[in-house]
Amino acid sequence: MANFYTDNPVLKHYLTHPLMEKIVALKERDFADADKYDYAPQDFEDAIDSYDKVLEIVGDICGNIVAENAEEVDHEGPRVENGRVVYAEGTKRNLDACRKAGLMGMAMPRRLGGLNFPITPYIMAADIVSRADTGFENIWGLQDCAETIYEFADEEQKQKYIPRVCAGETMSMDLTEPDAGSDLQSVMLKASQKEDGSWVLNGVKRFITNGDADIHLVLARSEEGTKDGRGLSMFIYDKRNGGVTVRRIENKMGIKGSPTCELVYKDAPAELVGSRRMGLIKYVMALMNGARLGIAAQSVGVSEISYREALAYAKDRRQFGKAIIEFPAVAEILSVMKAKLDASRALLYACSRFVDIYKVYDDIAKERKLTVDEKKEAKAFSRLADAFTPLAKGMTSEFCNQNAYDCIQIHGGSGFMKDYACERVYRDARITSIYEGTTQLQVVAAIRHVSTGTYLDWIKGEEAKECLPEDQQIKAILENMTQQYANAVEAVFGVENQGYHDFMARRLVEMAGYIVMGYLLLDDTKRNEMFRRSLHVFVKLGQAETTKHADFIANFRPEQISDYLFEEK
Amino acid sequence: MSLNIIVLAKQVPDTRNVGKDAMKADGTINRAALPAIFNPEDLNALEQALRLKEAYPGTKVTILTMGPARAAEIIREGLYRGADAGVVLSDRAFAGADTLATSYALNAAIRKMGKFDLILGGRQAIDGDTAQVGPQVAEKLGLPQVTYAEEIIKAEDGYAVIKRRIESGVETVKAPLPLLVTVNGSAPDCRPRNAKNVQKYKYAAVPSEVASDEKKKALIAKRPYLEIGEWNCEAVNADLQQCGLAGSPTKVKGIENVVFTAKDARRVENTDEEIETLVKELIANHTIG
Repeated sequence: MANFYTDNPVLKHYLTHPLMEKIVALKERDFADADKYDYAPQDFEDAIDSYDKVLEIVGDICGNIVAENAEEVDHEGPRVENGRVVYAEGTKRNLDACRKAGLMGMAMPRRLGGLNFPITPYIMAADIVSRADTGFENIWGLQDCAETIYEFADEEQKQKYIPRVCAGETMSMDLTEPDAGSDLQSVMLKASQKEDGSWVLNGVKRFITNGDADIHLVLARSEEGTKDGRGLSMFIYDKRNGGVTVRRIENKMGIKGSPTCELVYKDAPAELVGSRRMGLIKYVMALMNGARLGIAAQSVGVSEISYREALAYAKDRRQFGKAIIEFPAVAEILSVMKAKLDASRALLYACSRFVDIYKVYDDIAKERKLTVDEKKEAKAFSRLADAFTPLAKGMTSEFCNQNAYDCIQIHGGSGFMKDYACERVYRDARITSIYEGTTQLQVVAAIRHVSTGTYLDWIKGEEAKECLPEDQQIKAILENMTQQYANAVEAVFGVENQGYHDFMARRLVEMAGYIVMGYLLLDDTKRNEMFRRSLHVFVKLGQAETTKHADFIANFRPEQISDYLFEEK
Repeated sequence: MSLNIIVLAKQVPDTRNVGKDAMKADGTINRAALPAIFNPEDLNALEQALRLKEAYPGTKVTILTMGPARAAEIIREGLYRGADAGVVLSDRAFAGADTLATSYALNAAIRKMGKFDLILGGRQAIDGDTAQVGPQVAEKLGLPQVTYAEEIIKAEDGYAVIKRRIESGVETVKAPLPLLVTVNGSAPDCRPRNAKNVQKYKYAAVPSEVASDEKKKALIAKRPYLEIGEWNCEAVNADLQQCGLAGSPTKVKGIENVVFTAKDARRVENTDEEIETLVKELIANHTIG
């Protein structure tokens, strides 16, 4: 009886992070629900115990049902019948188990049928689900679209839709169109208001994950004649009303169990969410931030299964009279994989804690006025969440691709065959650094925090903390890396040339990433010895990477950019 | 129409993952070396009960188990998955019970529980593999019984319709309520624990588990649904002579490890002559008698 939560002590380590006490107290409003709901916690320990027990359910379902179905789902995939998606049989069983276990709408408040979990334990569940079946994580994880309804829709809409999500109905976010991918300002799906004030949608959406969901969030052009993002609004489409059909589903490289749909809207009735014109500039931005954290969790799950599959094979496979893990070249790959995995998870949960705090303050602000101190704190955490989200999405998705690659490398020729899970993992990994904004777009979001100093301020805060005496040397390396980073930032931004800033942005963001992740592992090691190995391996890797980038920047003249620009011959 | 369902369950050592130390030198099970689990086929039975609860709103599912106080673990497990209440039948006087004494005690507890429509249980427990307790309980309560069930299709208007696994396939039978049904391992797996139920019932306990924990006792007093029943011999008006070792005609003469070598099954027709011939044969070779 596999359990993907209890077999992984790292998750418990983050569940019991010191900042959780503050998060839980805020989220539970000092345990006001305790006498109203029979499943509400009475105090902090009770709450953590409840998260622990619920994650154990997630681990059980993932270990014994979702992971068992993953290969079959990958082969069978979903199909379209009469304009509707039919999931693979295994996907149906997975969803059925998640519904019966009450794992939908986990982060929604109790009054709307949810579990009122903070983001952090919810993201842990996503991490676990992704390890079991990365594609299924999409279908299950789209429940966080409910967060957008909760934040921006009116009370009637919340009452109407959120309990349905909590009861197990699935969601989708219909943003992309054939000519509007990364550039969502170009969305053309038309929203027209009828005389009675109600709205209908007409047009086509493409690449919509779980596009035949029960409840859709749709980005559409409500302002006729506009061409940019300010003419777009957010709508809810309820499948019960009809009007949207699935024209086809894509034949993808990976996450094959997750249906990626082309949707046709024909006078589909829809409800406006929040204010007109705020669809892209406010609501989609919030939706995307949540989704990016979800992809970071999905990426960590991919790294986890990559490492586990590689480790198991390396112990089992014998060549030249011994297990291949005994060869230093193989052991090194594995230790680097583990370091990237641990560093990814450290960043993921640091980010989720920041998101937790600022979001709960946002929510409290709807009930009462925040104090001056609370406002200040909310703002600080909001800024950190804004800085850490693209960093986490970018770094963890790139690392999981590297880990999936190395997982196949460890398997050798066998890994190239369809016989082992690693080939599926490799295909599944590939999308993580593309959707919800490519790594290049994460860099665009993150570079602001390089130039404004958000990362450096945070790093300096960590630098000021005491570390264990035995980790002093590692900390000295991190301090040195920070100096390299600060110098590089100064060198790049000292030149008044936007093209040059853009050209160096990824290098600078990666440098910040390595240092941030190194400090996070240093802090984790303080609480738990089990991170020390990864701390050492990761900081050595980071040192080499930041030095590489620092060298590149130091030896580069802005005019050399022309060598890299596209020119029609 | 709502139903009142009793699920018979047993906490058993997990014999599916037997290691070297599974048996003690004297040939008895080394319970300390094996994790205690919800008997697998009893979970299949619980799933059938929970499906009926979905089909007939208002249905109440109560789990009954006999064992030491720690058997409350499986009651909690059942509550996490959707059962409504549970009782642990626990008394030193029940110790050492064979199937006859076990079914006697269970029958006494069920009589105390009052009116019910259905009693469900697994076909057999993985520690004893007898498949006798369910049928014996039915006999003692004077109830009809259906064994090897895979699906309880419906239970209404005084009857249950049940699909049961037989050697050559399945058959669908109709039986009057109240009724006892034993469920086969080929029936659907039990659903997982439910997140809300786990949070609701995690402090559920039998009184003896929380005897020295004032905080938990206070919580249970405040939330009565957290109290799991704990009944002893006297509470169910059981005759001591029919309980435990005293009520068990089975005497273990000795236990030896044998390597099981499967042989072809022999089919005996369901006629008086054939059964008589078989019984005589079994008496002659000392398998029974």
